Amino acid sequence: MAVSLGPNASSAGRRRADLLFQAVALVVLAVALGALAVLVGTVWRDGANRLDWQFLTSFPSRRAESAGIYHAIVGSLYVIALTAAMALPVGVAAATYLEEYGGRSRLARFIELNIANLAAVPSIIYGLLGLGLFVRTMAMGRSVLAGAATLALLALPVVILSTREALRTVPSSIREGSYALGATKWQTIWHQVLPMAVPGILTGLILALSRAIGETAPLITIGALTYIPFAPDSIWSAFTVLPIQIFNWVSRPQAAFKDNAAAGILVLLALLLTMNAIAIVLRDRYQRKGRP
Amino acid sequence: MTTDVRPLPPTLSSVVRAGTPVAETAPVKIDVRNLNFYYGQKRALDGISMAIHANRVTAFIGPSGCGKSTFLRTLNRMNDIIPGARVDGSVTIDGHDAYGSGVDVVSLRRQVGMVFQKSNPFPKSIFENVAYGLRINNLTRSKAEMAERVEESLRAAAIWDEVKDRLHESALALSGGQQQRLCIARALAIRPDILLMDEPASALDPIATQRIEELVYDLKKAYTIVIVTHNMQQAARVSDYTAFFWLGRLVEYGRTDRIFTAPAEKLTEDYVTGRCG
Repeated sequence: MAVSLGPNASSAGRRRADLLFQAVALVVLAVALGALAVLVGTVWRDGANRLDWQFLTSFPSRRAESAGIYHAIVGSLYVIALTAAMALPVGVAAATYLEEYGGRSRLARFIELNIANLAAVPSIIYGLLGLGLFVRTMAMGRSVLAGAATLALLALPVVILSTREALRTVPSSIREGSYALGATKWQTIWHQVLPMAVPGILTGLILALSRAIGETAPLITIGALTYIPFAPDSIWSAFTVLPIQIFNWVSRPQAAFKDNAAAGILVLLALLLTMNAIAIVLRDRYQRKGRP
Repeated sequence: MTTDVRPLPPTLSSVVRAGTPVAETAPVKIDVRNLNFYYGQKRALDGISMAIHANRVTAFIGPSGCGKSTFLRTLNRMNDIIPGARVDGSVTIDGHDAYGSGVDVVSLRRQVGMVFQKSNPFPKSIFENVAYGLRINNLTRSKAEMAERVEESLRAAAIWDEVKDRLHESALALSGGQQQRLCIARALAIRPDILLMDEPASALDPIATQRIEELVYDLKKAYTIVIVTHNMQQAARVSDYTAFFWLGRLVEYGRTDRIFTAPAEKLTEDYVTGRCG
C-alpha cells in the first residue's frame, strides 16, 4: 500500500476529539484563574488604600483608621521561623530513617501508613492536641513556642513525605559510588544522598510552611485570638498571627475594619508569594550546584 | 592452579579437556571456592571456583545476564545492599575470608575498589570527587597532603593534564570518557589493592575506550585488576586471564591467549568466534 499523507475519516475524527479536549482544558483553566483574579481584585479594591506605612507599623486599635498589623506580621514570621526550625530536622530525620534504614519492616510500614493518615487530619485536631499537650501538659502557655510546636506537627507529615520522595530520586549509582569508596551508610547519606535531595526537601518544606502560615483554626484553639497590643519578643510571649488578625477584623461590625481585613489579606498574600519565591531561588541554586 | 575447568552438564559439553598449563609466578590474590549467589529464590551464580592472580588483569566475558557482573560485585560485597540477595561458598582475599564473621565491609571495599559501567561522578567539583574517599576514610593529615594525593590519583588515571586548570569546576561538565577516568582516579585515591571494573568502557567512544585500555595496562603493575567486558577484542587486548561465563556458570577460565586461540570448551569457542551469545 502506498503512503498517503492526506486526511482520512479516522484521523479527522481523532483530530476533532483532540481539539475538543484542548478547548475543555482551556475553559477549566480560565474558570480557575478567573476566580482567583476576582478574589484578588475584590480584596485589592477594598484594601489597597488602607495599605500604607502606618498600617504596616501600627498596633491594633479600637479605631479602624489607626489600627495596624505590625504585631501580626512579626508574630507570623516568628511562629513560622520556629515552625521551620522544628519541622525541618525532625521531618528530615524521620524520612531518612523510613527511607534508608526502616526498610520493609512491619514497624516502618506501620509508621508510614500513619504518616499518610496524619497528612489528612483536619488542622483543628492539631490545635486540640497542641492545647492539651503543649499549652497545658508541657506548660508552655499561650506562647509563640506552643503555637510553633502545634504548626510543626501540622507541617511534619508533608515534610516527611516530600523528603522521602526527594531521597528516592537520588540515583543508586551515586550511593554505589560512595559505598565502593569505603563509605559507611551514614557517610553516604550525609555526604551524597541528603545534599542531592536538598531541592526536593526545600520545596516540601516551603509548601508545608505556606500552608502553616495561613492556618487559623489550630492557633485559635491554643488561644492566640486574644487582643495583643505588642509584638512578641521571645518564644514565651503571647502572640497573634496574620490570619487571626484578619479573622478578628472581619468579625467586627464596622465597615472600616473590613477594609483593614482586606489590607491584611494583601499583606498575607505578599508574604506567601515572597516565601514561594525564596523557595524557588533556593531550589534553583542547589540544583545548579555541581552542575554545568 | 592456572586453569580451572568446571564439570559441566552434558548439554553444555560432553568433552572436558584440561587447558595447557603455563607457569604462573604471580601469587593468588583472590581465591573463590564454590560460590553460589541467589536473588531471592533465583540462583544467579552456580558453583563458581576460580583463583585470581595478583598484578594480572583478569577479564570476565559472556553474554548479558550470564552473571559476570553479579560475580564481580560479590568480590567487594557490593551485592550486600541488594535486598534478598544471598551468597554461599567462600571468597578469600589475601588469605582472609571476605564473608567471614567480623569482616568490616567498609574496610573490605576500601581495599577492593570499583569502577562502574556508567560513570557516576558525584555532583561536586573534580577535586572533591577524588578527595571524597580520602576524607571519609581519614587518609590524609593535612590539606597539602590531600592536594598531593588528589594530583597523584588524577595523574595515575591519565586525566591530570586535562583537568589541572579546572579542579574546582563541576565534574559533571567533563565528557563521558573524562568522567570515567575521573571515577578511576577516585577509586585509586584510596589506594586499593584490587580494582574491579564493570564494563568501564561500554558507554565510551573508541578513542576514550583506547585510553581506558592503556590505563588498565599501566595500572596492573600496581593493582590486581578484574574487568567485566562485553567486548571480546577488549578482553583479548587487555587481559592476561579470561573467564567465560554462561547462564551463571563459569564455563572456562584460563590464560587469555589460550581461551581465544585454543578453547577447551565447544561453548567457549562458539562464543569467542561469535557463533552464539
